[in-house]
Amino acid sequence: MGDSQYSFSLTTFSPSGKLVQIEHALMAVGSGQTSLGIKAANGVVIATEKKLPSILVDETSVQKIQLMTTNIGVVYSGMGPDSRVLIRKSRKQAQQYYRLYKEAIPVTQLVRETAAVMQEFTQSGGVRPFGVSLLVAGYDDNGPQLYQVDPSGSYFSWKASAMGKNVSNAKTFLEKRYTDDMELDDAVHTAILTLKEGFEGQISGKNIEIGIIGADRKFRVLTPAEIDDYLAEVE
Amino acid sequence: MSIFEYNGSAVVAMVGKNCFAIASDRRLGVNLQTIATDFQRIYKIHEKLYIGLSGLATDAQTLYQRLVFRHKLYQLREERNMKPETFASLVSAILYEKRFGPFFCQPVIAGLGDDNKPFICTMDCIGAKELAKDFVVSGTASESLYGACESMYKPDMEPDELFETISQALLASVDRDCLSGWGGHVLVVTPTEVQERTLKGRMD
Repeated sequence: MGDSQYSFSLTTFSPSGKLVQIEHALMAVGSGQTSLGIKAANGVVIATEKKLPSILVDETSVQKIQLMTTNIGVVYSGMGPDSRVLIRKSRKQAQQYYRLYKEAIPVTQLVRETAAVMQEFTQSGGVRPFGVSLLVAGYDDNGPQLYQVDPSGSYFSWKASAMGKNVSNAKTFLEKRYTDDMELDDAVHTAILTLKEGFEGQISGKNIEIGIIGADRKFRVLTPAEIDDYLAEVE
Repeated sequence: MSIFEYNGSAVVAMVGKNCFAIASDRRLGVNLQTIATDFQRIYKIHEKLYIGLSGLATDAQTLYQRLVFRHKLYQLREERNMKPETFASLVSAILYEKRFGPFFCQPVIAGLGDDNKPFICTMDCIGAKELAKDFVVSGTASESLYGACESMYKPDMEPDELFETISQALLASVDRDCLSGWGGHVLVVTPTEVQERTLKGRMD
């Protein structure tokens, strides 16, 4: 692949026991646009800022929240292209599972396999860790679930979480506002309020993205018009 | 003589009221010679899922070992048992992987789903699934079994009556087949218990 000097793994341990590249990857995530997710009693909502570099960019062509399967959606903070690679691999894994078992993949299993891919890239030669953290939202036989997957490959199940810029303020806000018996609509309102906390400029349906999944088990991204309706309710 | 008739076998599964029964013969032969009279063809995957494998005995044993391996890994990863339908899809996929050098067995899968609804299916040696609501058969005695089951079966039988029916169907059919017989092995599975019984038929 390269010279002998460069064919060792970029993630070799430092004397303090850390993997420095993973720490740097987490920095890349931490400077990405804010994204968050909230698990309600009857569904999950994930949301993110959609700040585009210029007003000339066609915002309808940009979609940060993607589907992994019909009942699992994902949002990221960090490097967009890295997230696309992961989502592509996860979609394939989900379909391979279906081909084998003719059953939709459980959310935990998909998260586990995605995390395994991310871990692989911290222990192979000639590659670098992914510069994204993913928030995976899904609804399966075990009910609504929300998982965060980090560049190291560790994953956590959350009731509510945030990533990217402004993460500590967002998490404090969520800690105060979260209740176990929240309904999906309340969760969407809370998500919007949390995004609003650290938002620079005027928030609207065109510069945030929201994805929801309810008991119907169909993940969908809200249209800008729907987001504007929720924004009006929140005002 | 076909490879499927080398060892001789008969397997049948029937659906009852909130229960199912799966039965097989006990003969293991090598062409015309009988080698064993206590051969096991029905295997347990988990408490509510059984698979009967007819056809070449060595393939049946190997296939069973592979399926148990896959199921154990599934149990460890997903922390639950496989549903019968899922297991049937897995068996079908595994068999088709060997499309051009197949396992010479025909599986009969019988299980109780999550809601304790009975599920049975069979497939050919390359994984073509056939679901049925009443009964499924396989093995060298399959033609006789089809006839016997068709005439003796009725829907929604209680476990005891189901046991009688499947036993009579099995014994009658293997008596018409020189390669299967030497008694029978019957399992009746309900949501609460599993009854395993050995039948004594014509010992030839």
